[in-house]
Amino acid sequence: MKRFFDAELETFRSQLILMGETAIEQVRTAIKALVEANSGLANQVIASDDKLDTLEVRIDDEAVRYMNLRTPIASDLRLVIVGMKASHDLERVGDEATSIAKRAIRLSAEPPLKPYIDLPRMTGITLEMLRDALDCFLQVDEAKAVAVCKRDAEVDNINRQLYRELTSFMVEDPATISRAIELMFISKSIERIADHATNIAEEMIYLSKGKDVRHTEEVKKIPPA
Amino acid sequence: MADQSQAKPIADRPPASVPSAVPRIPPSSQTGEREVAFEITGFSLWYGATQALYDVDIRIPARAVTAIIGPSGCGKSTFLRALNRMHELTPGTRIAGNLRLFGEDLYAASIDPAVLRRRVGMVFQKSNPFPTMSIADNVLVGLRLNGVSDRALLRDRLEESLRMAALWEEVKDYLNRPGTSLSGGQQQRLCIARALAVQPEVLLMDEPCSALDPIATAKIEELINELRASYTIIIVTHNMQQAARVSGRTAFFYLGKLIEYDETRTIFMNPNNPQTEAYVAGRFG
Repeated sequence: MKRFFDAELETFRSQLILMGETAIEQVRTAIKALVEANSGLANQVIASDDKLDTLEVRIDDEAVRYMNLRTPIASDLRLVIVGMKASHDLERVGDEATSIAKRAIRLSAEPPLKPYIDLPRMTGITLEMLRDALDCFLQVDEAKAVAVCKRDAEVDNINRQLYRELTSFMVEDPATISRAIELMFISKSIERIADHATNIAEEMIYLSKGKDVRHTEEVKKIPPA
Repeated sequence: MADQSQAKPIADRPPASVPSAVPRIPPSSQTGEREVAFEITGFSLWYGATQALYDVDIRIPARAVTAIIGPSGCGKSTFLRALNRMHELTPGTRIAGNLRLFGEDLYAASIDPAVLRRRVGMVFQKSNPFPTMSIADNVLVGLRLNGVSDRALLRDRLEESLRMAALWEEVKDYLNRPGTSLSGGQQQRLCIARALAVQPEVLLMDEPCSALDPIATAKIEELINELRASYTIIIVTHNMQQAARVSGRTAFFYLGKLIEYDETRTIFMNPNNPQTEAYVAGRFG
């Protein structure tokens, strides 16, 4: 039987999905700004960060209101709790995108150290992870959520590889240090975004099964080859 | 009769345990821009020598749901019954203060309480369909008592009222069955239909779901949500979650005094008065 306030949960879910889509777009645009050395795009990302901040506050406010006035139980309560946690993760994704954009502006003033191949690849994997985790808000798929957690190792691998490569650049030519450090930070930001995607995926498993899989064998990353 | 100048003598001063009066909230801030249904000022009520309500000031918005909450004996049912002068059925009651409905003094000498109770209908805790009447007769009894005999009008009003009470589809083929043949939840909806049939302006509901199971309760709450656009509804409930679900404003009473009255969201999320917080959080007593 539908309750007269069920639409409020659906609106809550829609707000989370909107926040997820906005965060994904911010990251995609920030990397595009880096690859194309496009300061205009980068400034667009920076200016849009407050959209995610506003959504986080709105989602948290709605979650508290719903818990107070509707006394949710079972999966409804888990959705509200998971929503609050996910909104925090997505807000942090937005902050990382802004950080990438600011570094892209600084890097656009100089020629690139090397063609940007690994960072866009790393971003592609990360955004797939984020997309798969967020899809679970529409239809929970535990297997998909577990796969997101295990894929985090791929992103960590690329980050470590980039770290070694950029270190070599710096050792061989000190003139590359400032650019290399910016790129290291960008790689670290993308790695952090992947961690947030993993957090959201773990929260989706909790939403689906009421099972807290954080720090368990079930979601431990596949160790690097 | 209701003016301060003609007020009955005030009873003995309240005992020390009664909380001090709430600072009077400026009337304009109580309902915002909404039209006011009930405007109540300095309203007190006694059962004989016992004062049950102390100097209540409240403005209740029209076409909205207002919940009245508070512990047993706080005066919430007494307050509700004062809104359509049902308390006068108990001998020895008296009031002081002012109580107006859409600007009209309900305690003026010109007001017929029986007519008032058509405008301000009431649904009670225990559903009370008339046992000797059919479903249809239960709904139409108010109209017939007022001399309405047009069969077409009665037929239309019967269907309209049962539809508004979300009962038509369940009973349309059994209208001649006794009202008491229905389930508890259906009987309560029948009582709501009976109240709606005389086209009231206000519906008073005194713990309408306390005798019902959760599914029947949910149906009544759904019905309240649908009726809120057209009727001023005031519901007394000891179920705080229900008050939070259905109402837009909530009034908290304690020991006969109105302690706090605000948007439901504020009462349950961030009440101003510590007593309100203690009550809604279940720390009372």
